[in-house]
Amino acid sequence: MAQVEKRPSGAPAPLDWEYAPAPEARDIVRIRDRYGLFVGGEEVDPRSGEWFPSISPSSEEQLFEVAQAGKEDVELAVHAARGAFDDGWSGISPAERAKYLFRIARILQERARELAVAESLDGGKPIRESRDVDLPLAAAHFFYYAGWADKLEYAFPQRTPKPLGVAAQIIPWNFPLLMLAWKIAPALACGNTVVLKPAETTPLTAMLFADVCRQAGLPPGVVNIVTGDGSTGGYLVKSEGIDKLAFTGSTEVGKLIQRELAGREVKLTLELGGKAANIVFDDAALDQAVEGIVNGIYFNQGHVCCAGSRLLVQESIYEPLLDKLKRRLSTLRVGDPLDKNTDVGAINSKAQLDRITELVASGEEEGAEIYQPECRLPERGYWFRPTLFTNVAQSYRIAQEEIFGPVLSVLTFRTPEEAVEKANNTAFGLSAGIWTEKGSRILWMVERMRAGVVWANTFNRFDPTSPFGGYKESGFGREGGRHGLEPYLTFE
Amino acid sequence: MAQAPAVIGGFELPLEPRLPRIGSVDAVALEERAATLAKRSIKRESKVQALELAIRMMDLTTLEGQDTPGKVAALCSKALRPDPVDPSIPPVAAVCVYPNLVATAKERVRGSGVKVASVATAFPSGQSPTELKVAEARAVVELGADEVDMVIDRGAFLSGRYAKVYDEIVRVKEACGDAHLKVILETGELGTYDNVRRASLLAMAAGADFVKTSTGKVSPAATLPVTLCMMEAVRDVYHETGRVVGIKPAGGIRAAKQAVQYLVALHETLGREWLTPDLFRFGASSLLNDVLMQLRKEKTGRYQSGDYFTID
Repeated sequence: MAQVEKRPSGAPAPLDWEYAPAPEARDIVRIRDRYGLFVGGEEVDPRSGEWFPSISPSSEEQLFEVAQAGKEDVELAVHAARGAFDDGWSGISPAERAKYLFRIARILQERARELAVAESLDGGKPIRESRDVDLPLAAAHFFYYAGWADKLEYAFPQRTPKPLGVAAQIIPWNFPLLMLAWKIAPALACGNTVVLKPAETTPLTAMLFADVCRQAGLPPGVVNIVTGDGSTGGYLVKSEGIDKLAFTGSTEVGKLIQRELAGREVKLTLELGGKAANIVFDDAALDQAVEGIVNGIYFNQGHVCCAGSRLLVQESIYEPLLDKLKRRLSTLRVGDPLDKNTDVGAINSKAQLDRITELVASGEEEGAEIYQPECRLPERGYWFRPTLFTNVAQSYRIAQEEIFGPVLSVLTFRTPEEAVEKANNTAFGLSAGIWTEKGSRILWMVERMRAGVVWANTFNRFDPTSPFGGYKESGFGREGGRHGLEPYLTFE
Repeated sequence: MAQAPAVIGGFELPLEPRLPRIGSVDAVALEERAATLAKRSIKRESKVQALELAIRMMDLTTLEGQDTPGKVAALCSKALRPDPVDPSIPPVAAVCVYPNLVATAKERVRGSGVKVASVATAFPSGQSPTELKVAEARAVVELGADEVDMVIDRGAFLSGRYAKVYDEIVRVKEACGDAHLKVILETGELGTYDNVRRASLLAMAAGADFVKTSTGKVSPAATLPVTLCMMEAVRDVYHETGRVVGIKPAGGIRAAKQAVQYLVALHETLGREWLTPDLFRFGASSLLNDVLMQLRKEKTGRYQSGDYFTID
């Protein structure tokens, strides 16, 4: 900030105030050297005999080793899930199923600090977010779907809902435990059993969740967890024993899965990429819109499928808004994910860092103007400065492709019609944000937006009662709310 | 009775160069931002720095019908030497009293650098004729007040007579001469953050040196969101016009932890330049002892009971 004028002479200088490090203690989580597969209620070594290291993205240290599940391991897990389904899980009373889900929710709350630290260590996200967002929401999903377990007939009146059988679930690395909760809670509530494959780079909280299942006394085989790289996911998709596949991840892999499942009797839901428009009108509350923009794209390092990665600003407020946004970026604290004052943590993996770096370079080459605040980045680990691009044209790659990093592309519009046109002009359709003080304009816009979620005067707000899912290349099927039950049921 | 013009006024008022818009405030998002700022974890040396600064920013206040010269004298002693056993603790910024006690306070703090602030303009309601308010402001300055804490006419503001509010501030500012003018918005009576923002801009346009949240006589008094809202208005005026205005949350800030949260909000909204008693004050009476208690805990590692801190 520029030098303030008119300071009375002789007055003491303003305080140079640096926040002291405030790290969350990491000894609350005991990480073992090795984690096997969770099959049939027990942790087993992989038949493949292979293990791979899991790296902390903020320090590049090896945290532990985890099993690489091969074809045989995946089949054993599917078999265990089938056995648990046939042996009773599908037959126990719905109220009994609810009891397990309530227990899991309670245990997640009780172990919240441990799981939050584990999530930040393994995935690089700030502890502030894993503590205040991931963990409370994960527990909330279990609580919410526990409530539905014995009310399915009321959710779908005049139809007779039945569980599908074995649900295969493949989840991404951006919200490891939360995505696990989004997948497992409705599947179990509907009476299915589960084989879950966590992301290659973030298996830790899933392995701790295996322990939560044991602690809750969940019958063996109801939840099975197989870790590994993409090939493990491939075996799971190809397995003949699955009745349902739920995938959250990239559009590219989503398309492969859909191709693989064509012609098979496997119910499919895909939650894929996004390139959301965050649209700010000239009558919006500017300082709060700035907070929403920051939350929209720099939350979780931009590793959010519904991130507001395209900012559409009405031209008449372009300059004041950009000034405010740039000033705000300079106050973001980038660094140690375990520090309670960190706003932006580490990029999840080297591969993702390379992808972000490559796309940002393309933006500069194509002629966009880059802005990054000055901030010291740690020497080790994977880091990327919060970045914003101005002078972006719709045709640039940074305006079209999902970057999945802390990179915002700023475009302008003149009229509401133009805002709708530009916002919808993308292959994706997962989410959008609208900032205006005018209620009628919000409704007018929402009618025209082709996006699964439209936030008004807020962004990245989640609740288990609200359905979430995409249009177009962002996938199909809904998770959350009553809608989230349907993909896990069949109707007679 | 003049109503607000269809095109919002206040905004043609002579703030040079003029702000292009008043803007609005989203209550949900503002409160969320304030809650996030309040979660910053301020430890060790950064906490000590903040607490010492909070003392240097404090307007130690007594505004009661039962105030006497004796009470004010005791308050002044506390202001000069907050902790009798620890001379490293700095004096507070000012003592804030009713007009009748200005002379006593002035006598007690003479030569120390501690300022005397007096409330004026029919504090706390402001429901008096303008001439009386101006005369009162002039009188407290003549009695020796270095700073004048005036209240705005909320009745006029809420009925849309912004020009009356504005003109009164201009008149009082003239009457203050060299004394610093703090304008109390009484945010607890304004009802919305939009009104708080509008009143802040109005006060700054009319010449306020400080905008202050509350009299302490109305609940709610200062809150973190309402103070953040005022900080954002101050920031906009600074960036649009270069004019530097201070902020004073008053009333309801009793714990050291709260004070640190306000300083975090200040630091992350207006930046380092505002981390000075010239531009930020706490209006408080019981806050000081909690800050002293926390400071002693940071220095000795132990909490001491309230009996080890003087009640004045």
